[in-house]
Amino acid sequence: MGAAAVLTLELASLTTLVLLMLGVPLAWGLAYAKGWWAEVVGAVVSLPLVLPPTVLGFYLLILLGPNGPFAPLLSHFGLTTLAFSFPGLVIGSCVYSLPFMVQPVRGAFAALGQGAWEAALTLRATPLDAFFSVTLPLARGGIATGALLAFAHTLGEFGVVTMIGGDIPGKTDVLSIVIFDDVENLDWNQAGRISAVLALFSFLVILATLRLGHRTERT
Amino acid sequence: MKTTGFPLNCRALGFAAAALALLTVLPAPARAASTSIAVAANFTVPAKRLAAAFAQKTGDNVVLSFGSSGQFVTEITQGAPYEVFLSADAVRPEKLAAIGLASKSSLFTYAVGKLVLYSAKPGYVDAAGKVLASGKFAHIAIADPKAAPYGAAGIEALKALGLYDTVMSKIVTGKSIAQTYEFIATGNAELGFVALSQVINAKGGSQWLVPAADYQPIVQDAVLLKAGDNDPVAKAFLAYIKSPEALAVIRSYGYATKP
Amino acid sequence: MSRIIASFQGSFGGFRLDAGFDIPAGGRTGLFGPSGCGKSTVLRCMAGLVRLQGGNLRVGGEVWQEDGYFLPPYKRAVGYVFQDARLFTHLSVRDNLRFGLRRAGGGRIAEADVVEFLGLAPLLGRYPAALSGGERQRVAIGRTLLAQPRLLLMDEPLAALDRESAEQILPRLREVSARFGVPVLYVSHQMDEIERIAQHLLLMRAGRVMAAGALTDLLTDLSLPFAARDGAATVLELTVSAYDETYGLTLAGAPPLCLTVPGWLGAVGAVIRLRVRASDVSLLRRPASSSVLNLLPTRILAADIQTGPHVLVVLGVGEARLLARITRKSWDQMGLALGQEIFAQVKAEALAGA
Repeated sequence: MGAAAVLTLELASLTTLVLLMLGVPLAWGLAYAKGWWAEVVGAVVSLPLVLPPTVLGFYLLILLGPNGPFAPLLSHFGLTTLAFSFPGLVIGSCVYSLPFMVQPVRGAFAALGQGAWEAALTLRATPLDAFFSVTLPLARGGIATGALLAFAHTLGEFGVVTMIGGDIPGKTDVLSIVIFDDVENLDWNQAGRISAVLALFSFLVILATLRLGHRTERT
Repeated sequence: MKTTGFPLNCRALGFAAAALALLTVLPAPARAASTSIAVAANFTVPAKRLAAAFAQKTGDNVVLSFGSSGQFVTEITQGAPYEVFLSADAVRPEKLAAIGLASKSSLFTYAVGKLVLYSAKPGYVDAAGKVLASGKFAHIAIADPKAAPYGAAGIEALKALGLYDTVMSKIVTGKSIAQTYEFIATGNAELGFVALSQVINAKGGSQWLVPAADYQPIVQDAVLLKAGDNDPVAKAFLAYIKSPEALAVIRSYGYATKP
Repeated sequence: MSRIIASFQGSFGGFRLDAGFDIPAGGRTGLFGPSGCGKSTVLRCMAGLVRLQGGNLRVGGEVWQEDGYFLPPYKRAVGYVFQDARLFTHLSVRDNLRFGLRRAGGGRIAEADVVEFLGLAPLLGRYPAALSGGERQRVAIGRTLLAQPRLLLMDEPLAALDRESAEQILPRLREVSARFGVPVLYVSHQMDEIERIAQHLLLMRAGRVMAAGALTDLLTDLSLPFAARDGAATVLELTVSAYDETYGLTLAGAPPLCLTVPGWLGAVGAVIRLRVRASDVSLLRRPASSSVLNLLPTRILAADIQTGPHVLVVLGVGEARLLARITRKSWDQMGLALGQEIFAQVKAEALAGA
């Protein structure tokens, strides 16, 4: 269980980090873009909310595999597939948790509007400068909410990991998988303990998110 | 400043509530006589054919659920309303009968499974299974040995061949024999152990029938569960599986049957 | 004198902008027009926040936009004061002020001067959330000045403020151009603000610039809507010549335009702005003793004689212009005509210190 807990935390942390780097610019684009394609991209980003993880997992299995688009790149590193590997899980988790990052951040950017950004431009800030010194700090509440939700969601991820993980202890066996295996092997004591830890942890993360929401609303 | 993380979740909750409300309002469909059956994943294809033939013969409906045998036992002990269990082994039906969740007298072997080493790549698996010793693959897929008898058989075979320790680090585990097949079919695992029934009609790929001596026979037993005690349809289906006609179908998928 | 020459053409979903003008690159120009006529759009184009294909902008000889050439906002020495201040709420007042200053790399407008000018010293350590509307707008003006603009655009900076806060800021808006040597283009749909601030005026209507020129010229141009509106007035800028301590009266101007105004309006030599309502000017054949202190020799330059009960008369007093609104009956009974010399009496009470 110890190794699985460490692995789960690693996976959730790394996924959150990657999503911060990818999801925040994406949310920014979606918040301010006009036109039909922004809605299309927004819908694609939201798909993991409604698609069963098995569908995502199945597509990922094909995408990450030897017949997928990344195969030529992988062969440079002597790999045939990203399935059954930690990087594969990170990619899968990023897809799975993407809407949990993008939606709150997009909402924060949209609520912010263009006002402060425009003001920064007329104060000699380049667009990149304005983004980092004004837009990003002003949207920090939404970004923190997105990061917490993505983190919590990845902690509890099961479906996608099951589909592409291959159950390798210490490499792809996260807590939710260990719980599943314990239940399947009728080891309910162990399953109950891990489940309680996971539930408590998730509760604390959600609580933190809510408190954060209140705090940013007041200022 | 506003954040909109939670309205989204609230919407999702509202939607779920609406869906639930709708379900309770919709009239239940008129029920034809039917029985609900838990089928070990390896027996998926033949089970569908048998169910269709049975329905045509009797007019009764058979609802099939597929999964790993271990998973089904968990569900049945938690009160899942399956009436018949077609297990991938003999141990689990026995266990269920011992704790009173299945009828001991109804136990019988409906199939004896065969283990196959399979690859989606043509010519990858040779006729003697020597590829296992070559070490040229990165992943070998095996069903979870604790939950799926074909997984246990795969491990036994590797041990019998003296290769278990060398390939151990390359094993990726499918939750059921069906997922194991998926890992191999998509090429993510170069090869793996599956049931002959899964690949007997496969086009392309390559396979090696593992010698029966290398693993304990995979005796697959069927049993009438407690929920089916009073259901004539469940009993009729079990009886049908024992018929020569049904046994012929089962054999056509690469299983052996007991007389 | 260097000029600001602009022309912008483009369409925004049904609205057509076709605005061209040429104003001095110095002093205060008011941009006046009804809501929705395109004033803010012109300002946004000038700041580079909106790029129209058909756009030309030259500020004091420097090209900011031309066919195929467009200087992005952050490369223009443009300052923009928004109606809603748009302070950065995550930064203190001090850091808001320094935002543009740092990026401009310093310049002739010094932080200490701006802080003093706008009275910002007590606010420096605070955050925008703890500021009143008027304080916010003062910080916004200071922040903009410190970015070292060569053109200061103000988009209805007082519109969102209560009367009292607006009154406090207004004098600063009038002084800012001369104090820091920056031309100001001031947008408003409130004529009284324009009258109190602007020296030059642009009149916009439905996306076009209808008239441009000195404020007094446009206010007394009978072909424009200003003279005919209710409460029509002219604006005079006069130099204080004396203060009568006995009666508490300020004397301003030089012959022939000398006016007496109650109260102390400024030291001798100070330039003050006076507003004279057309309805507070009456005409006399010859001087008569009355309670009116101000009696000016004028000449009738123009008159708008229509069928209504009133006649609008444009009077010349030396170089200056006054507007008088009298009844048509008076006009006929007095036998007034263009070119006539006539006395105008202006109620001293009617001259409001702007």
